Amino acid sequence: MNGILVIAEHRRGALNPATLEAVAAAVDLKQARAQPVAVAVIARNPDDFLAEVNVAGVDEIIRVAVPTDGFQSDVYEAAVAALAAARQPAVILLAHTVDTWGYAAAVAVRGGFGCATDVYAMRYEGDALVATRAAYKEKLGMELDFPGRQTVLLTLRGNVFKPIEEPGNAAVSSLEAPAVAARTTHLGYIEPEQAGDVDISQAEYMLSIGRGVGDEDNVEQFKELADALGFTLGCSRPIADNGWLPKSRQVGQSGKTVVNCKIYIAIGISGSVQHMAGMKHVPNIIAINKDAEASIFSIARYGVVGDMFEIAKELRNHC
Amino acid sequence: MKILVPVKQVAVLDEDFELRDDGLDADPDFIDHESNEWDDYSYETALQIMEAHSGVEVVPMTVGPEEAEESLRRCLAKGGERAVRVWDDALAGAGPATIAKLIAAVARREGADMVFAGTLSADHSFAMTGICVAAELAWPHVAVVTHLEYEPGAAKATVQRELEGGLVEKLTVDCPAVLTIQLGINQPRYASLRGVKQAKEKPVDELTPADLGVSGEDLAASACFRLRRMFKPAKGQAELIEGTAAEQAARLATIIKELKGAA
Ligand SMILES: Cc1cc2nc3c(=O)[nH]c(=O)nc-3n(C[C@H](O)[C@H](O)[C@H](O)COP(=O)(O)OP(=O)(O)OC[C@H]3O[C@@H](n4cnc5c(N)ncnc54)[C@H](O)[C@@H]3O)c2cc1C
Ligand SMILES: Nc1ncnc2c1ncn2[C@@H]1O[C@H](COP(=O)(O)O)[C@@H](O)[C@H]1O
Repeated sequence: MNGILVIAEHRRGALNPATLEAVAAAVDLKQARAQPVAVAVIARNPDDFLAEVNVAGVDEIIRVAVPTDGFQSDVYEAAVAALAAARQPAVILLAHTVDTWGYAAAVAVRGGFGCATDVYAMRYEGDALVATRAAYKEKLGMELDFPGRQTVLLTLRGNVFKPIEEPGNAAVSSLEAPAVAARTTHLGYIEPEQAGDVDISQAEYMLSIGRGVGDEDNVEQFKELADALGFTLGCSRPIADNGWLPKSRQVGQSGKTVVNCKIYIAIGISGSVQHMAGMKHVPNIIAINKDAEASIFSIARYGVVGDMFEIAKELRNHC
Repeated sequence: MKILVPVKQVAVLDEDFELRDDGLDADPDFIDHESNEWDDYSYETALQIMEAHSGVEVVPMTVGPEEAEESLRRCLAKGGERAVRVWDDALAGAGPATIAKLIAAVARREGADMVFAGTLSADHSFAMTGICVAAELAWPHVAVVTHLEYEPGAAKATVQRELEGGLVEKLTVDCPAVLTIQLGINQPRYASLRGVKQAKEKPVDELTPADLGVSGEDLAASACFRLRRMFKPAKGQAELIEGTAAEQAARLATIIKELKGAA
């Protein structure tokens, strides 16, 4: 077993940029222990993505033509299994995304591979690959290894590995995808709810509330606080799921990324990976939480440990 | 027609916690347990199908020690007549692929027609178990399901899968299938006091892996990783604002003004 295989991800004709993060992680591993890096593009027209994944450090790009445009779990499982059989990689790297949640673990079980998800660091100790991921809502980390496994499949946390920009000169090859009777059928996409009254992805100043708000009746006072401070009100997912604020106000993986935000005040939000996916890039994060161990503090510039209602009430006296 | 709903009792760490001496987990003195949030939604999904059709049985199950029975009783208090709990002390610390092997074995033994797992567990967040169950059963599967149209016994279900950025994919999946259910698919009910009382009388079948035909070797061979250690990650550099609420707020107001001025 030798080599690192990265599986590219794309949707509706666009490469998921997380693919290039996985490629960067592969090139890191290649430097730690000399081994070739191959990137497989599974698509109706793999050629559409060749140039984009051809970055410095990639040795081979494998085109795998399949009859479907988008992600299809049976098609992807069969293609990755065929790639693994043909190339016998020591490591398979994928982005940790909704698509890979839908098939990576199945590939690992059926192939007898070692497997870990949401990995944010990797290293070799001798010949052993060691992967690090979080546990208990980021309060602890766990280090894993994979004794006895010839191949290890890892899905990688987003925004951790820095994409390589320098172009590469990989060799291009093709692999025949096995024909499969797909047991799911794509019917179409439903676009996200259009920005209601305000497009939070454009806001410079955001004040977001999370489950700590406790009750729908408590939402209004934070709306008033946000207005008084000149901030746009956002929220974590449970607030939108409960219908206390419109979905268009939700920050995070399945909501919006606040790309233009300069100051983000997170109130009563624990800091799940999925929430942070939409805001962890903001340069000035202020967190207010009663739990000093809440993971939101790990990315905050300023932290207030305390009761959000008391702090909010006092803050009103200053604006 | 039977729907199997695997539920997990998840661990919640106290605000101040210590690691166990062997470094492999948090010290149990600092751990509380609760039902996994996602499983409220998967169980509700199953109950709604049961209530809308006749002849549908919903069976909650867990792989966990005696304390985990609480999560099953919590389900039974909302509906369903019996539950299954699988355990053996050798399973302590078992990973998602091993747990999935046992869930799949229960699905076979029960003759389940559908399995509704949660998308994620709140403590270890593997987002793997349901899909591993599907692989064990060789069933079709869909992860992160936010909408389901399913007539018991139908050859296909129509589902929606939530993608990044709020985009949704609509698709059909052949049945039987494993679905992993996402938050927000419905509004999970609360158990009534009467339900809680009745749940105490409902049977929970207790099985060992051996009862399911899964040997110790099978379990060992199914582990998809080995845990080397747990550790407290390096703390971020957040500057903590101390003092009374009034003092904290005053300082915050200044910081916000300064940042806004600089921005
Ligand atoms: C596929 C997928 C996509 C997802 N997408 C998103 C997404 O886009 N956005 C998102 O936000 N989540 C998303 N989630 C959900 C995510 O996993 C978490 O469940 C969610 O972010 C938790 O929200 P929260 O922090 O508000 O709640 P909790 O985690 O419950 O945190 C509440 C916090 O409030 C604090 N608190 C309580 N009371 C007080 C008080 N009086 N004063 C101060 N602090 C208090 C608590 O200490 C706690 O830290 C997604 C999940 C999945 C699986
Ligand atoms: N010990 C367990 N017993 C029963 N179901 C489990 C167990 N662990 C995980 N699951 C199922 O898998 C889902 C979470 O998956 P994961 O994030 O992979 O841990 C849960 O919502 C349950 O449906």
